[in-house]
Amino acid sequence: MTWLLLGIMVVATVFGDLLQSREMKRSGAQNVNVRGLLALLKQIGNRLYLVLAIVCMAISFFAFMALLQRAPMSFAVPASAGTVILETILAKLFLKERVGKRRWAGAVLVAAGVVLLAH
Amino acid sequence: MALVELADAPREVAHPSMVGHRTRMQTLLLSVTVIVLNGLGNLSLTWGLRHAVDPLGLHPLRYLRAMIDPFVAIGIALLILWLLTRMALMSWADLTFVLPVTSIGYVLSAVLGCVFLHEVVSIERWAGTFLIFVGAMLVGATTHHRTPDVPEEMG
Repeated sequence: MTWLLLGIMVVATVFGDLLQSREMKRSGAQNVNVRGLLALLKQIGNRLYLVLAIVCMAISFFAFMALLQRAPMSFAVPASAGTVILETILAKLFLKERVGKRRWAGAVLVAAGVVLLAH
Repeated sequence: MALVELADAPREVAHPSMVGHRTRMQTLLLSVTVIVLNGLGNLSLTWGLRHAVDPLGLHPLRYLRAMIDPFVAIGIALLILWLLTRMALMSWADLTFVLPVTSIGYVLSAVLGCVFLHEVVSIERWAGTFLIFVGAMLVGATTHHRTPDVPEEMG
């Protein structure tokens, strides 16, 4: 059950972030004021992939909570570090993002840091 | 009131791929806003759940009752704002930029937990905090502009 919850959390996080990034790139640069944030809220209701992204994030959150009830935090938190590497690979493949050496190094350092944080 | 005061993209930049691009300072400022909202939201939520609410368990009504607590309510409001500002940041920058840079939120959570919740932070955790900080700085120094075209085959 622990591994199933972990799998659900990782897949939901990765899909949620990829979908969100894809949709936000397509919608163009958003303004960060009250009107802009309200427009963003409206977009969530109108765009299927954004709704899916939010659903994925909610699934990831509840899977994480359930995981914490069954497994120690020192196991659950490093798992979230794996998503940073996985999402970097998938963002390069599917979102065609340019990922240079610095971004790879940064992603690996962040993932290693999260693993240490769980101790 | 604007959280981050934005100027229009410079008119002299005419190339279509540059339309809507923000300056490095604006992007970093929004990244900091996202990080702070996440840290304060989690702190407020944790504080409310630890100090004013009975154990939640699997009882749905207890979750609803917990939301009446001011700290829990403020925490939820801050996390909704975090979600929206993070979405806006994703419209400005690549996912491979947003993820490592906003990971500094882990660092902020460790510091806030240590200061306000009196949680014990071990040497390993501080080492992890340092690695995250260095990784985020490394990515933060890269070009923040988002890759212009999103391939159709993704969806």
